[in-house]
Amino acid sequence: MSEFVSFTLGGISFGMVYAAIGLSLVLIWRATRILNFAQGAMAMLTTFIALGIIHATGSYWAGFAGALAAGLVLGALVERVVIRPVENKPPFNAVIVTIGLLVALEGLAGIIYGGQYRSFPAAMSINGLRVGSTHIALSPADLFVIGSVLVVALLLAIVFRYTPVGLRMRAAAFQPDIARLLGVRVGRVLTLGWALAGLIGALAGVLVSPSTFLYPNSMDSIFVLGFTAAVLGGLDSPLGTVLGGLVLGIVLNYVGGYLGSDLETLFGLLLLVAVLMIRPAGLFSTARTRQV
Amino acid sequence: MPDGDGTSMLAVEGLSAGYDGILALHDVSITVPRATITAVLGANGAGKTTLLRTISGLVQARRGRVSLAGTDLAGRKPEEIVRAGVSHVPEGRGVIAELTVEENLRLGALWRRDRADRAAALAAAYELFPPLASRSRKPAATLSGGERQMLVIGRALMARPRLLLLDEPSLGLAPKVVASLMHLVRKLRDDTGLTVLLVEQNARSALAIADQGVVLNLGRTVAVADAATLAADAALRHHYLGF
Repeated sequence: MSEFVSFTLGGISFGMVYAAIGLSLVLIWRATRILNFAQGAMAMLTTFIALGIIHATGSYWAGFAGALAAGLVLGALVERVVIRPVENKPPFNAVIVTIGLLVALEGLAGIIYGGQYRSFPAAMSINGLRVGSTHIALSPADLFVIGSVLVVALLLAIVFRYTPVGLRMRAAAFQPDIARLLGVRVGRVLTLGWALAGLIGALAGVLVSPSTFLYPNSMDSIFVLGFTAAVLGGLDSPLGTVLGGLVLGIVLNYVGGYLGSDLETLFGLLLLVAVLMIRPAGLFSTARTRQV
Repeated sequence: MPDGDGTSMLAVEGLSAGYDGILALHDVSITVPRATITAVLGANGAGKTTLLRTISGLVQARRGRVSLAGTDLAGRKPEEIVRAGVSHVPEGRGVIAELTVEENLRLGALWRRDRADRAAALAAAYELFPPLASRSRKPAATLSGGERQMLVIGRALMARPRLLLLDEPSLGLAPKVVASLMHLVRKLRDDTGLTVLLVEQNARSALAIADQGVVLNLGRTVAVADAATLAADAALRHHYLGF
């Protein structure tokens, strides 16, 4: 029983990281119907930038802020430079472009930083909290992971729901032509969407790297699991993605705990395939039809 | 030139436009005087929708020019043309069903800087269309056809346009609703001095409120005259207008 609780708690913080990657994918998917395969690689690069800042300044928080800022800039830059030329082409073109970007960014990181595994500091202590006399499988660092993803998700929801910028973003996502006729500068809105996605991806990179080490491919499996979280949520739903990430993190921790950690990624892929086959609209979606 | 004389709101001169190499408009010229309604008539495929889409910037002109109160709109994007004073209500209504009624309305004036001005425009829209006020928090998807038409016109008016482009507003509406819609368009012209370019299949009800009529066929202008003259032309009615 205590083992079960322990695995459950341990899965939550990983789940929130998958949720963060999933959110960044959903943000772009909703706005442009493009799946950004380079999201993980972008997060890897911004985490390297964070590590550089941490080494230079000695401050974790400077690195943390630097990663988020770099994610914002990188996201905007990618949209403006790489995606804009293929935006009105068939969606397959954009998919190929993002895969190319993934390969290019990982190659670039290999050239600049080399291929060795680097450790990345956690925000807070990774020792389990004490409840009474026992340590539980939840550390202050885990709580920080969970809290920061929840805060970002909540802020995002508030921006989307209650601000003029959010209204523009939703209008541009649902009906770009109508939005333009109403004066929405859709191009700028798309850039902002990619920038926000870059920020959330960067957050995920910084949060997960203490557990995975940092190297040019370090975000590949995290990307796949983040994508799985988004698919569990129906690819269209931010709330569904957070729930999807949570379920995925906990379930994979059971798999790792009871069956062996080698099976985690494999099981994640199987789950992805299963969901796409059985319930492609996502576990939590209400499966509404899309207007064209 | 008609542009400079201060009475015309819209001047379209020698306009050609189309999609993917196929021209849908050939050398079309129209002058729309201020505070008047011009009906654009013709069968399916006559180029009526393309004309509106080119004026609002959704389609790029191949040749010719479009100017609003003397200002050339060439090469401007739709999001800039609406700022210049052109509101386009597209065919099929263009309600954003996932947003609430109020969000749809607010979108229409979001680019305006003055907050008080935006609030006044919203209040005016609710005053003009009371059914929208009682449903302001509901998703636009829940509205009836007539209410959706109110919503898109109210939303277009949020921008306080000088020129309103209406594409087939009567499509799919009951005759009674069409009648009140036409009454509203005339009232907007008379009370606020709005200039309207009205594309209609329903030529009879459009000509009933219009000052001027333009008949397009296969992308070319076949007749431009005042509305009463067009409505009285039996041959034209028979060939192009179907009533």
